[in-house]
Amino acid sequence: MYGKGLRPLSLITAASVALTLAAALFWAPNDAYLGFLQKIFYVHVPLAILTLCGFVAAGLMAIAHLRTRDPRWDMRSYVAIHISLIFGVAVLITGSIWARGAWGHWWVWNDPTLVSFLLVMLLYATYQPLRFAIEDPERQARYASVFAITAGAFVPVNFAIVRLAPAYVHPRTLSNISGNLPGRMQVVFYLALLSITLLWITLWRFEMTAKHVAAQIRQLRRLMGEETDEAPLRRSAAPSLTHVGSVS
Amino acid sequence: MSRPRSASVVLALLRAQLRLELRTFESLPAMCLFSVTAFLLFHFGLDVDSLSGNLASGVLWVTLLLAALLAINRVYVADAEQGGFDAFVLSPAERSTLLLAKTLVLLIYLAAVELVAVPAFAILLLEPSLWQAMPSLLGALVLGNIGIAVIGALVGALAVRTQARDLLGPLVSLPLLVPVLLGVARWTAPLFDAPRANAVALRWPLVLALYDAVFGLIAFALFDFLLED
Amino acid sequence: MSAVALRALTRRYGERTALAEVTLSLETGQTLAVLGPNGAGKTTLLRVLATLLRPHDGELEVLGHRLPAEGWLVRGRLGLLAHEPMLYRELTARENLRLQAKLHGVATDRIDELLAAVALERRGDEPLRTLSRGLVQRAAVCRTLLHDPELLLLDEPYANLDPAARLIVEPLIGRSSGKTRVIVSHDPQAALSEADLVLGLSRGRAVFLAPPAELDEGALTRLYE
Repeated sequence: MYGKGLRPLSLITAASVALTLAAALFWAPNDAYLGFLQKIFYVHVPLAILTLCGFVAAGLMAIAHLRTRDPRWDMRSYVAIHISLIFGVAVLITGSIWARGAWGHWWVWNDPTLVSFLLVMLLYATYQPLRFAIEDPERQARYASVFAITAGAFVPVNFAIVRLAPAYVHPRTLSNISGNLPGRMQVVFYLALLSITLLWITLWRFEMTAKHVAAQIRQLRRLMGEETDEAPLRRSAAPSLTHVGSVS
Repeated sequence: MSRPRSASVVLALLRAQLRLELRTFESLPAMCLFSVTAFLLFHFGLDVDSLSGNLASGVLWVTLLLAALLAINRVYVADAEQGGFDAFVLSPAERSTLLLAKTLVLLIYLAAVELVAVPAFAILLLEPSLWQAMPSLLGALVLGNIGIAVIGALVGALAVRTQARDLLGPLVSLPLLVPVLLGVARWTAPLFDAPRANAVALRWPLVLALYDAVFGLIAFALFDFLLED
Repeated sequence: MSAVALRALTRRYGERTALAEVTLSLETGQTLAVLGPNGAGKTTLLRVLATLLRPHDGELEVLGHRLPAEGWLVRGRLGLLAHEPMLYRELTARENLRLQAKLHGVATDRIDELLAAVALERRGDEPLRTLSRGLVQRAAVCRTLLHDPELLLLDEPYANLDPAARLIVEPLIGRSSGKTRVIVSHDPQAALSEADLVLGLSRGRAVFLAPPAELDEGALTRLYE
């Protein structure tokens, strides 16, 4: 069952996000150079980390799908990419705001992290169109998994290669955290990372639950004879779970 | 029951594909024509008569990359439309022989196009002499071509049996090819500097070789799943 | 030993069921005719037997091997003649067959013999695109037989052939070939005359499965209603 435990998880996530916001706004010190704008860092960096981890996780789920041929793994991979894409858009927007504040431009090319992130987003933007262009649901699932694995491997490789290009201006977050960040900033950053992780998991589980309920309703309808086998096949980019023996 | 020897299968597939190209001329002439036209576009678009350094390297590689897309889009079409996929899957041959054959086909196409496009580039746009860049440029061409061919052979198979193959092929393969572009363009940029620059950094050849190897392995591991139904 | 054995075989296409719990077994050397209206699942059944589609449920054994696990052991031993010829239009019949021989790892000596058998030897060096549908179908028959398969899977094998051509091809893929055969047909009378077993499919379900002699007229007419 997917809905189980969702309510406490949602409450914990909401509390954690609220606490992070309060801590970031009132408790953490203002940055000497960037001032208040620096606080966007607590949103931007954890979002980016979760986006990329989500893409890699989707690739691992896709491996499980190809190995087991269980469509539920395809569904998990699909939902993970979906949530990460939404997070990724937020990363690009917050990143742009930061770039404007810190360097005076909405976009800076000499920052390899930002550039590779855009590249990854452009690649994943083709995931949904690819699914939509394949009618047979099983082939759609398999091709989507091949894509998710290839792209999932591309994420770390791409970051490594683009970083080799010299001259970057991005604050190296991880080394900053271990070294230069003042104590309170460090605490708030880890708190933010935890909240955003919880947020990703909660959203992922919400969408999984919704997809499952929808599949169960369709199956019930079919059992009741409202929807027959002759119903035209809907063309969709979303995976369907109906070719699993029973949805439960 | 034993499987046919993979080497002879690859060779047979390669010969059939090249024969098809020689009968239809679907890819090669278009790729060559496209490259020369693109150089003209850059001449007018940038309003320059000659290029050197970064700009020369970028123009050459972007052109070759876009020309390669024409072949990536076409390389599986005859198999998908005329049942070659089914005939292949029905045989006991190793599945990865098809991937290898298509990679080799793309490598041959790219080499043939570069035989035309690189001299044309040297004559039309390149300011310093081509000869000074030569041995390193050949290395960049080889490693760059392998990357393009491997990714093209995988993405081509992914895109060909979809309803938007002409769009999905380029859209999926271009982001995957950006690291290849980065590698070869940065590698060759100093070679095209008007006064010959100092020795090339070793890291770009290494990066390219690593990237080619990683995606070669990924393509090899995943290709089978694109063939079955 | 049965050449083909299915137990409760099911294959779905998305939410639709293309084959629902089909059970049958066919002895070596026998012929199974599969009848049914359009969209009944006939071609799906043939593609499942040919290892091109995986079954979703049930058990499937072809030539003593369980599918899909042992697919590649079976592939070289069956021949599928489908709607599409599965040949490259820009290549000649000889070139196509030479490629097929390499894919199957068999000698190329039989190519001329087969082309002669279907009376195609004189046009064997012309691109298939220039040949008529019937001649292409004869080339496809050669492709199907090139590796000397034990089991023939035939999807309306005579569809594009005139009566004369049919007589040419019949000894190769007809009853007298002595091979185990599964034939999908739209011509019930012809199918009945050469089958040992008849399977009637409707909406993916087996409506009847019996030797032709035991079938009454009513069963056939009801099948196509």
